[in-house]
Amino acid sequence: MSDSRVNQPILWTQALSKQVNTGEQQLAILQNIELQVNPGEAVAIIGASGSGKSTLLGLLAGLDLPTTGKVHLDGVDIFALDEDSRAALRGRVLGFVFQSFQLLPALTAIENVMLPLELAATGDAGPTARRLLERVGLGKRLHHYPKQLSGGEQQRVAIARAFATAPKLLLADEPTGNLDSATGVQIIELMFELNREHGTTLVLVTHDEALSRRCSRQIRLADGKLVQ
Amino acid sequence: MNHFKLSLRMLHRDWRAGELNVLLLALIIAVSGIATVGFFADRVELALARESNQLLGADLLVISSQPLPEQYADEAKRLGLAVSSLIKFPSMISNGDSNLLTEIKAVTAGYPLRGRIHLANQSAQNPTGREEVREADGIPLPGTLWVDEKVVMRLDLNSGDKVDVGTAQLTVTERVMREPDHSVGFVNMGPRAIINAADLEKTGLIQEGSRVSYQLLVAGGAEMVQRFRDWAKPQLTKAQRMEGIRDARPEIKAALERSEKFLSLAALASVVLAAAAIALAVRRFTQRHLDGCAVMRSLGASQRQLLYLYLYYFIALGVIASSIGCLAGFSAQQILTQWLSGIIDTELPWPNALPALQGLLVGLVLLLGFALPPVLNLRSVPALRVLRRDIGLSNTHSIAGYLLGLAALSLLFIWKAQDLKLGLYIVGGFIAAIVVFGCLGWLLIRLLASLRHQAGGAWRYGLASIRRRAVASILQAVALGLGLMAMLMLTLIQDDLIDDWHTSLPPDAPNHFLVNIQADQIQPLQDFFQQHEIEQPRMYPMVRGRLTKINGKDVAAEDYADDLHAERHIRREFNLTWSDELAADNEVVQGRWWNPGTHEAELSIEEGIAKIIRVKLGDVVTYDIAGSHFSAKITNVRKVDWDTFRVNFFVIVPPGLLENYPASYITSFYVPSEEFHRVHELVKKFPNILVVDVATVIGQVQQMIQQVSQAIEFVFLFTLLAGFAVLYAAMAATQDERIYEAAIFRALGARREQLSRAWAAEFAILGGLSGLFASAGASALGYVVGKHVLHLDYTFDPWIWVVGVSTGVAGVLIAGLLGTRSALSSPPLLTLRKIG
Repeated sequence: MSDSRVNQPILWTQALSKQVNTGEQQLAILQNIELQVNPGEAVAIIGASGSGKSTLLGLLAGLDLPTTGKVHLDGVDIFALDEDSRAALRGRVLGFVFQSFQLLPALTAIENVMLPLELAATGDAGPTARRLLERVGLGKRLHHYPKQLSGGEQQRVAIARAFATAPKLLLADEPTGNLDSATGVQIIELMFELNREHGTTLVLVTHDEALSRRCSRQIRLADGKLVQ
Repeated sequence: MNHFKLSLRMLHRDWRAGELNVLLLALIIAVSGIATVGFFADRVELALARESNQLLGADLLVISSQPLPEQYADEAKRLGLAVSSLIKFPSMISNGDSNLLTEIKAVTAGYPLRGRIHLANQSAQNPTGREEVREADGIPLPGTLWVDEKVVMRLDLNSGDKVDVGTAQLTVTERVMREPDHSVGFVNMGPRAIINAADLEKTGLIQEGSRVSYQLLVAGGAEMVQRFRDWAKPQLTKAQRMEGIRDARPEIKAALERSEKFLSLAALASVVLAAAAIALAVRRFTQRHLDGCAVMRSLGASQRQLLYLYLYYFIALGVIASSIGCLAGFSAQQILTQWLSGIIDTELPWPNALPALQGLLVGLVLLLGFALPPVLNLRSVPALRVLRRDIGLSNTHSIAGYLLGLAALSLLFIWKAQDLKLGLYIVGGFIAAIVVFGCLGWLLIRLLASLRHQAGGAWRYGLASIRRRAVASILQAVALGLGLMAMLMLTLIQDDLIDDWHTSLPPDAPNHFLVNIQADQIQPLQDFFQQHEIEQPRMYPMVRGRLTKINGKDVAAEDYADDLHAERHIRREFNLTWSDELAADNEVVQGRWWNPGTHEAELSIEEGIAKIIRVKLGDVVTYDIAGSHFSAKITNVRKVDWDTFRVNFFVIVPPGLLENYPASYITSFYVPSEEFHRVHELVKKFPNILVVDVATVIGQVQQMIQQVSQAIEFVFLFTLLAGFAVLYAAMAATQDERIYEAAIFRALGARREQLSRAWAAEFAILGGLSGLFASAGASALGYVVGKHVLHLDYTFDPWIWVVGVSTGVAGVLIAGLLGTRSALSSPPLLTLRKIG
């Protein structure tokens, strides 16, 4: 994917912190995170459970609000926007792959992939979704419901959905967390392939060291701080 | 536009995936219940009105002492109404040397417009005296005369005999057994005959100053009749008046109005049930759509986009479900009508379209009122939920959301009740019930939960579950309680209503009156009753007197020239009686009944007549009785229940005041129709006694009451169905959570039996709570509605508590266990994977 601001980072944060009030004390989940992701990069955020990985991902996507600090996504200071504008920006720029797939149970595979296109009122939702599902190897399961698909197949649908709007940045939260290792490997392969084909930037949250090594860069979180 | 298409697509997908089952079912049952009740009540009302109009011979009468101007008939015809006319007057009929004063009715083609004239089948008079009856085909031909039983007997007539009516000679061709007439009763108790209006001139009887009543009969669609009524009202002169069945027969008016109110009450109850079912179903819907909304938010949907998506989604859902409901309702009442046609021998008129419109509107308002606020809250689901499942919606949102629903429901009530008072009572009652139930539920759940450590295994888990799902549990208990309360209340009032009718008009209500019994005939008459094993009726003395003075001032008919009704009463003689006891169907509403044995000149008057002749408590009235004056002071005013068809008097005085005046006696008694010949014997034995047969009228009123009672019971079935919808929705609302719970419990090694016992305990507690709420609410609301709206003597029934609580426990327990069967039987891993 070509971008006029090739040399500008697609994502960068400035002193990003998140604290929660536990009733008795303030708990710092993230402290002073400064990071930068350039177009075309594949970055892994790694760390143990409770290190703040998912919180960071939520903030990067603008799904959650920080206590202090900024996130710039595609050149836009996302916390300067209201929630609806952030949603619109997400729809335009971001794709998601979740640990728990997050497919809508009432929708068939193809309808799940069509959903972001329909929300964005793109005309050719059907053909695009079909093409993507064929690409992830589910050409024969277009009209199956999530509950009729295996975990690996559900995650393939989720990946097809993530790429449907041709996002600039793909955020993946433990994409293999709910899969057995063999299936996980296949899914990762697929994700990287699509990433290359679409020239998408990838930010991946995982606690799987092997998976993280497939990325061009690793960022390690420990106790809410960047370690390297 | 794109939102609209997308919401339709979402709707279609959700429907296909079975996501809408509960909501759709609740809505369809609700709307079809309302529409069925609406359609059916409408048809029954129309039929009842038409049925009762048979007693009148028309839907409406215009009555005048002068020939009626053509304009009335012209306007009625212009409105497409059927029109006929008759002239009624008293005249002698002579057969040789015997003469009889008879009331003659000269009728024109088309008479009667409602009901039929029933004639005796002369050929088939069987020995038991029970006669075959057939319906008349038209009216007497010119030159012929139809006479009733009394004329036949007194003049000793046979078919083909010629009689003189004025200057005309007419041939007797038929014996009339029954005829529609608005004034069957004391006023017109004499013998009657029907002639063709074409013969009127020949009789030479209608002359200046004759006592003649000219009547125009009008019948047709209710709306057009009403239009005619509205048009005619301002045209009426002093000598003219209009009479519909409700004006003519107070007992029918009362029965009709009560049944109408009850049917609208039944419709209201189904609205309550529908609301409860929808509120519960929506709760489940929002729970299940939380994820979807979070995903859509993360995929870039704005709040506005979600708002419109769901707005269109629910409008479309409402319209579709309500339309299906209306169709179902229409078919259901059609089947009901077919089924009933065996029992009700009246052809039910086609219903009008209003109930369909009402059903549609009620469905939409209920759905939007109860579903939209919580569903619109979905738009504020934090998108972060895609990463952290534990984030949901706050409960304050959904509780505030119900307020709109309640407001919508209140408006619907007032509208549906067609009666502000009834509507307000019910709205007030239900709002109070919701608040009280809610608070009570919260307290009880806390209290019970604190007891859980003392309770045994299953109960402990049951109590813990209820406590954990406190908000959902209270909502469920309140919704179920309200539903059950509506049904209990309806049952209570239904029983009271039907009982009240049956007691006021039991099957052995007197169906014959004997008037003009002389003092020396009392003993022979009592012997006659004894001989024929007829229960000895009470004989009431009767003295006739004309009102001459009020508070010493002369009274003349002319003083009441502005009120035709009053004028007639003043012209006529009053029947006065004496008694020390107040009859059971009489109630003193002003002043007090005299002490037995009093010698004061006191007088008791019926409240209606007091109003008409304009007298009040404390006034002294004077009657001219056989040439001498009798004065007494009004010391009490009575309300008389005329529905009972018993002998009642406008004026009563203490014994000892009237005994010296010439008196006759009056009584009423019951003769079963198969022993009708005894009345003939009585007439033969005591020729001077007038026998007034009200069996027909009573029979018709009883039949009507029977029909209304059946209609009410059938309508109740639909309310019951709506009740099941509530139960189903309530169970489905927590279904997902339960399936998940079951999976975890079983994964942890709980046996199915342990789990189902814990749930049974929970359901029993929930059902008990709702039963308790329902009994309390139904007792209170039933009392208020019964007493103040339907004017019934409400009886407190301790059984209601037993029935309420046990129905609640049993219903929720059975529905709950049936509903959770699948949760228990699916393998835990499958469930956990599905949920995860």
